[in-house]
Amino acid sequence: MATQQTQILGRALLTPAVALLFIWMIVPLAMTIYFSTLHYSLLDSEAWSFVGLENFRYFLTDPAFLTALQNTLVLVGSVLAITILLGTPLALLLDQQVVGRSIVRLMVIAPFFVMPTVSALVWKNLLMHPISGLFAWIATMVGATPIDWFNDAPLLAVILIVAWQWLPFATLILLTALQSQDEEQKEAAEMDGASALSTFIYLTLPHLARPITVVILIETIFLLTVFAEIFVTTGGGPGLATTNIAFLIYSQALVQYDVGNASAGGLVAVVIANIVAFFLVRIVGRNLEA
Amino acid sequence: MARKVTARRVWVSTALAWLFGFLIFLPILWMVLTSFKTELEAFSMPPKFLFFHWTTENYTTVQERSDYVHHAFNSIIVAGGSTLIAMIIAVPAAWSMAFAPTKRTKDILLWMLSTKMMPSVGVLVPIYLIFRDFGLLDTRGGLVMILCLGNLPIVIWMLFTYFKEIPKDILEAARMDGATIGRELVYVLTPMAIPGLASTLLLNFILAWNEAFWTLNLSTLDAAPLTVFIASYSSPEGLFWAKLSAASTLAIAPIIILGWFTQRQLVRGLTFGAVK
Repeated sequence: MATQQTQILGRALLTPAVALLFIWMIVPLAMTIYFSTLHYSLLDSEAWSFVGLENFRYFLTDPAFLTALQNTLVLVGSVLAITILLGTPLALLLDQQVVGRSIVRLMVIAPFFVMPTVSALVWKNLLMHPISGLFAWIATMVGATPIDWFNDAPLLAVILIVAWQWLPFATLILLTALQSQDEEQKEAAEMDGASALSTFIYLTLPHLARPITVVILIETIFLLTVFAEIFVTTGGGPGLATTNIAFLIYSQALVQYDVGNASAGGLVAVVIANIVAFFLVRIVGRNLEA
Repeated sequence: MARKVTARRVWVSTALAWLFGFLIFLPILWMVLTSFKTELEAFSMPPKFLFFHWTTENYTTVQERSDYVHHAFNSIIVAGGSTLIAMIIAVPAAWSMAFAPTKRTKDILLWMLSTKMMPSVGVLVPIYLIFRDFGLLDTRGGLVMILCLGNLPIVIWMLFTYFKEIPKDILEAARMDGATIGRELVYVLTPMAIPGLASTLLLNFILAWNEAFWTLNLSTLDAAPLTVFIASYSSPEGLFWAKLSAASTLAIAPIIILGWFTQRQLVRGLTFGAVK
């Protein structure tokens, strides 16, 4: 069907996008690789020297790296768990007959559109403030001591903020998937006397397996590099309590001006993200065939 | 949809859904309420829910003192500019892959997707140095460029999935009738593609508006969009939560409203067609 003319035209139309993305991907990455082998500080940019893999040895054995890696894993894992464990029942609920469902859905989706700096500061100052926050008031109402979130449980506080932002995403995707589920199959199961629970376990859950996988992969890619929420609330602290890999690299680059080390860290982040991306790309690729 | 559901069950699901919906929306609602209080009432304990002295004074102060308009203008330029440029590059590319596919089209699409997986922080150092050396730090042009490149894969993907849905028969019919490619584009494809183009535009405008990695790292004042302006409220001194709330409400209200229109496209745009 495609004539030679359209083939040539097609290639011509595609080239600018491919070229731009290629440059966007290759140039900074090559620079990062190059910088990662240098001893190079922005404070003394005359004195730089080639140090081979020294930066990687330093970055990977730095106790801060291990703490940051652990924080990153805890953050990603907790947010994934919260968004999926709450998102699935919420999606099931919204899939029911609900009076005013479209309004409820608007309320559920709203947090996703709030810019990260706003949600972080609103949670920190209006909700989690130990004296005048809404949570502190609720705690005193039920006779508990208010939690000083950002001193006593800083990482948990960041996790809650990020989970609130991503819960709509998980819910919306799972809801979309539920709405494409075969109603007749469910009806047949019900007529055969299947309980709601077994319908859920044997029909709905398998149907949700793929969307859940997609949610996990996409969220992981974004959650690995959570930055703004930490930047405006804790600045990575107290100590290193809320420093994740992204924040560690940022502080090495733009606070300590250690280009070599930050670049080595950046490459570590790229490798971690690529492992996740590999699986996501495979799933998407399989879908393209169909 | 025609399943019979008991009235009691509808009642229970409705109550639960509204409860959860309300809880999730509560932080935003609380922020909006706080923006209409005085600073003293914003801090008061027990908190005042509805019976406080309603005032719009915070909104006036935010406009007057903190140059809100300047930052809002930056947000519009940066989000709008980056989205428009991305569309101009993406429309031909997506058209080409949807209507003149080759053996490599699938690989190219997946490769484009993989560029989106690159964590920004991995290239923070070189981008920062390039920006510094070319005088792009804290310029709107620099931000437009970086956000455009960052969102380009999503724009191409979304457009591709929309174009794919346009029935090929119609194009062939047009071709049979002797339409040139130019005419085909203007009179056949464009009208059918407008809904897809509009939602792609909208979703990417929202993503760019809320982008808070590059904007925080590459701009400080002159080019700073609202993300950075709001971040400046993170310093701990003073009572300014009512003002923070007013500024935040102004920054997110237009986007939430736009976002509500795009909720159906959101899934498509962010899952790259992996969930239907």
